[in-house]
Amino acid sequence: MMNFRLVQPKRLVDINRIAGLGRIEKTERGIRLGALTRHAEAARSELLAENVPIVAEAMAHVAHVAIRNRGTVAGSLCHADPSAEWPLLVTLLDGEIEILGGDGRRTATPAEFFLAPLVTDMEETELVTGIHLPPHETPCGMAFDEVAQRAGDFAVVAAGALVRVEDGRFAEVRLGLGGVSDTSVRAAALEDALTGRPATAEAIEASLALTVEDLEPNDDVHASAAYRLSLVPVLSRRVLGRALERATA
Amino acid sequence: MSDRTHITLTVNGEPFEAYVEPRLLAADFLRDEMGLTGTHVGCEHGVCGACTITLDGVSARSCLMLAVQLDGGDVRTVEGLGTTREMHRIQQAFREHHALQCGFCTPGFLMTVGEILDTLPLRDDGEIRDALSGNICRCTGYDHIVKAVRALVNERDGVSDP
Repeated sequence: MMNFRLVQPKRLVDINRIAGLGRIEKTERGIRLGALTRHAEAARSELLAENVPIVAEAMAHVAHVAIRNRGTVAGSLCHADPSAEWPLLVTLLDGEIEILGGDGRRTATPAEFFLAPLVTDMEETELVTGIHLPPHETPCGMAFDEVAQRAGDFAVVAAGALVRVEDGRFAEVRLGLGGVSDTSVRAAALEDALTGRPATAEAIEASLALTVEDLEPNDDVHASAAYRLSLVPVLSRRVLGRALERATA
Repeated sequence: MSDRTHITLTVNGEPFEAYVEPRLLAADFLRDEMGLTGTHVGCEHGVCGACTITLDGVSARSCLMLAVQLDGGDVRTVEGLGTTREMHRIQQAFREHHALQCGFCTPGFLMTVGEILDTLPLRDDGEIRDALSGNICRCTGYDHIVKAVRALVNERDGVSDP
């Protein structure tokens, strides 16, 4: 943002050396990632690999090696690019964003936190200190995929899925989409329609039309709105299918 | 001097100290104040990879950092790899495989290759290309760069060149 001269702060505080802001730990409420957790650390974390393997799968799409070494979870969330991986992950995983300000601590859901492209509900005096990823029922399968113009570019469209199967039926279906709206979104209509249905590829196929309902993506230099819309069912099929395989493997 | 910040750092194994303006980019500090012009500045916003250095052992974009953030750090630049008479093995491989044309992107590629050889399996050319995708060569000489890296990976893994 500073390199593009989009922001020209008079004062800049480097939080990189604040001890304890970069931990990944198990808590009573799930898993907490400190604000300074680097993308590369999240990708390597055994704790995340065991509990939320979709994180490592998504991190492979975040920019490039040197960027993943320095870029942070909180940095991605606060930048609030609707095509970015972390906003999509916290939206998919029902995560909570932990914020510290002059008035103390608060938490925000993704729906509360992300207001518009590059806009969050943060006050100037606030700092994101970490995120909580709540536990989910197991066994479940997760999958992430995206289409970008080049490896490491921001996604044109990104999709993440979480699927849980009981007695041959979808007990839980979550589908998150990035790049198709002002913020990362959940495909609520598809989630509702699939839950309780037989856990099959055919059921997924029959529900895909629901993914584009209510989506009004924008045209921009990276892709037309029509192209983005055409990618949504393609990526949704892929991630839901993979998540289903993993849920029943 | 009051508007400058005192930093101490290690660059290519040697200790340095400097007084820098807080707004000074790390890349500009290395080039303009330390005279280490091997670190190239291409896009100036973290996309092209020409300014890649390592900080405390991992690669970083020196155009996305400020010089004050190098304080206390262990910095390596392309000058730390080798000299024209005594090239680093990575530089030799680039030479043998004609992996540079104009050479502008080369320092960034060399620094990236140093890291990925240590950290990634690089089982096939697809993985090599993916690992190098953060460095842009506007001469588009990627095939030869991939060949050089393939040779280095084979050496690392004790595999003879096919």
